[in-house]
Amino acid sequence: MESIAEKKSYQVNDRGYYGTFGGAFIPEMLYPNVEELRENYLKVIEDPSFQKEYSDLLRDYVGRPTPLYRANRLSEKYKTNIYLKREDLCHTGAHKVNNTIGQILMAQRLGKKRIVAETGAGQHGVATATVCALMNLECTVYMGEIDIERQAPNVARMKMLGAEVRPASSGSRTLKDATNEAMRHWINNPVDTHYIIGSVVGPHPYPDMVARFQSVISEEIRAQLNAHTGKETPDYVIACVGGGSNAAGTFYHFLDDEDVKLVAVEAAGLGLTSGHSAATVALGKPGVLHGSRTILMQTEDGQVVEPFSISAGLDYPGIGPQHAWLAASGRGTFLSATDDEAVQAAFELTRLEGIIPALESSHALAILGRLGASENETVVLTLSGRGDKDMGTYMKHID
Amino acid sequence: MNRIVNLFQNSDKSSGGESSAGLTRPGLLNVYFTAGFPELNDTLRVLQALQEGGADLVEIGMPYSDPVADGETIQQSNDRALENGMSVRILFDQLQGMRETVSVPVLLMGYINPVLQYGIESFCAKCAEVGVDGLILPDMPMDVYLDEYKSIFDAHGLLNIFLVTPQTSEKRIRQIDEVSAGFIYTVSSASVTGSKSGVSGDMEAYFERLDAMNLRNPRLIGFGIKDHDTFVRASNHAAGAIIGSAFIRVLQESTDLENDIKSFVRSVKSSSEAIPA
Repeated sequence: MESIAEKKSYQVNDRGYYGTFGGAFIPEMLYPNVEELRENYLKVIEDPSFQKEYSDLLRDYVGRPTPLYRANRLSEKYKTNIYLKREDLCHTGAHKVNNTIGQILMAQRLGKKRIVAETGAGQHGVATATVCALMNLECTVYMGEIDIERQAPNVARMKMLGAEVRPASSGSRTLKDATNEAMRHWINNPVDTHYIIGSVVGPHPYPDMVARFQSVISEEIRAQLNAHTGKETPDYVIACVGGGSNAAGTFYHFLDDEDVKLVAVEAAGLGLTSGHSAATVALGKPGVLHGSRTILMQTEDGQVVEPFSISAGLDYPGIGPQHAWLAASGRGTFLSATDDEAVQAAFELTRLEGIIPALESSHALAILGRLGASENETVVLTLSGRGDKDMGTYMKHID
Repeated sequence: MNRIVNLFQNSDKSSGGESSAGLTRPGLLNVYFTAGFPELNDTLRVLQALQEGGADLVEIGMPYSDPVADGETIQQSNDRALENGMSVRILFDQLQGMRETVSVPVLLMGYINPVLQYGIESFCAKCAEVGVDGLILPDMPMDVYLDEYKSIFDAHGLLNIFLVTPQTSEKRIRQIDEVSAGFIYTVSSASVTGSKSGVSGDMEAYFERLDAMNLRNPRLIGFGIKDHDTFVRASNHAAGAIIGSAFIRVLQESTDLENDIKSFVRSVKSSSEAIPA
C-alpha cells in the first residue's frame, strides 16, 4: 500500500481532490463521521498490525492472490495476448470483498458497532454481509427495489448471512437510490455506525480509501505478468466502470506508467443515444453527486438522470472522482458497451474459456474487438465477478 | 441592509435572554416549503400566505432529485415539484417582482448541484435581482464557500447560512459562528428532516450548551418542530425555530391553500404568551 510520500499525480491530493474532482460535498450531519474517517484512515491503513491482519485475511479468507490467467482461445480470436485477472475467484465471487475486508477492519479500529452499506448487483452487499458475519457486526444493506427483483440470489445470500436488506423505493429504485438511503441511514445513526461504501465514490476519503483497498489487484497483476512474460507492464489494462472500484484497483499501480493504456468500459444500456444508458463519461457533465465533485448524468437544471443498464452493478449515473479526472485529463480511455454487446461477450467467454462472467465484467470483454491491440501486445482485463447471479438474464438468451 | 440581519436586530430588543420569569418571549418563525408544490405555480401564493399568516422569514426549497439530507415528506414534495416541471430557471421567473408584495426575508434552500449548473455567479446575481436575502446549501463545503464563493455571495448581498448538529464539535461551532452572518441553523437531532418529532430533554441540554457558548450569531432551531408547543419550546433556547416537513404535510392535505396556510402559521405562533417553564 502507498504511503503519502509516494503519492502520484493521478492520486488524491491533501485536500481530497483529483485535479478539479473529489472533495467532500456533504451536509453538516455527515461531517463529524467523514472527518473522523479522514483524520484516521491513513494512520490505520499504514499501521503494521492492520496491514498484517488485512493481508492475512486476503490470503487465507478471500483466496488471494487471484490467478492471472492467459486466455488462449480468447487471445487467438482477437489476435493478441489476453490475460484475465480472476477477481471472480475471490470469496463471495467478486472483487468487492477486497474493500469490505479493509473497511470492516477500519470500522473495528474506529470502535463502530454497526455497518450500513448500499448495493447494486448485490455483490457489495454480499461482501459486506460476509465480513459482518465474520466480525460479528450488525449489518443493514440498502438495495433498490428493482435490483432486489433482478438479483434475487444475492438477496438470499445476504439474508442467510444475517444482514437486513432494506428496499430503496425512491427515484429509479436502483443503486443511486440505495446510496441515498444508506447516506440517510448514516445521518440518522451517526455515532456507532460505519458506512461501507462499495465503490470509489462518495466524499473524500472514501474514493481514496476504497482505491487503496482495491489496489491489491494491480499490485498482483504487475508481479504475475512479470512471472508470465518477463514484461514489467502490459500495453493495456481494461476494466468495467460503474462507480469504478475494480477499475480503480486495476489502474492503481499503472497510473504513472504513461505507456500503459488505461481502458474503462461503461454501460451504454440500450445505446448512447437511446435515452436508456449509464455511460456517465460519454453523457455526463461535471457536478456534485453523493458527496464528491465528479462527472454525472444530469439535466440542464442539474437534476440527476436515472441511469439504465442490464447490469445492476453498472447502473449508476456518476463515476468516482479519480475516474472523472482520468477522463478529463486524457490519461484514461473511456469506452462503452451496450446491453446486447455485454451479453454476447459473456457467451463468447463462456464458450471459449469455460468461464461465466458477471454481466458487469462482460462489458469490459465486449470491447476487445474494438481495442486494436496487436499480436505482440499484452492486454490485461479484470474479470471483476462471476456470473452466477446473472443466470436469470443469461438463460433468456439460451436457445 | 440585508433583511435577515435587520429582522434579528429588531427582534433582539424584545428577545435577548429575558425568559427567566417563566414567560416565553415570542420567537421568530421560519417556514420551509418546496417551490412548485403542490402545483407548479403555487410558489408565490404560498409565500404570500405565509407572510400574511405571520411567518417571520421563509425558506423556499429548490427541488432536487437526490435530497440526501431529507426524509420522506420533503423527498415527496421534491419529486412532485420536479414532476410539475419546476426548475431553478422557472423559480426565478416566479419570484420576479416578488418584492412588490413580499417584505419578509426570503432564503433559497437546496442542494448545490442545480446551483452549480445554473452557474454560481449568475445564480447569485439573479437572487439579488429578485430580492432573495440568503442561501442554505447544506452540501456546500465550508472551505469551498470561503475560497471560491464567499466573495460572490458578498457582492450580491447574500448571506450563507450554515448548519450545526448535536455532533458538531465546539471547535467547529466556533468556526461556523466566525464565518456566519444572519443566523445559524441549529439542527435539533441527528436525523434527516421530518423523521423525529418533538423536543426531548437531550435536545434541550444541547440547546443549553449552545446558549452557554455566547455565539455572535442568533440561532434558529429546526428538525422536529411541528406545532405551537414544539415551536415555543425550541424558541425558549434560541431566537426562533424552523418548520419544514410539518408544513409540507399541511400543503399536501390542503383543500383551501390560502386559509389553511394562514391558520397553520397562526396556530403555531398564537397563544405564545406563556407555557409552563
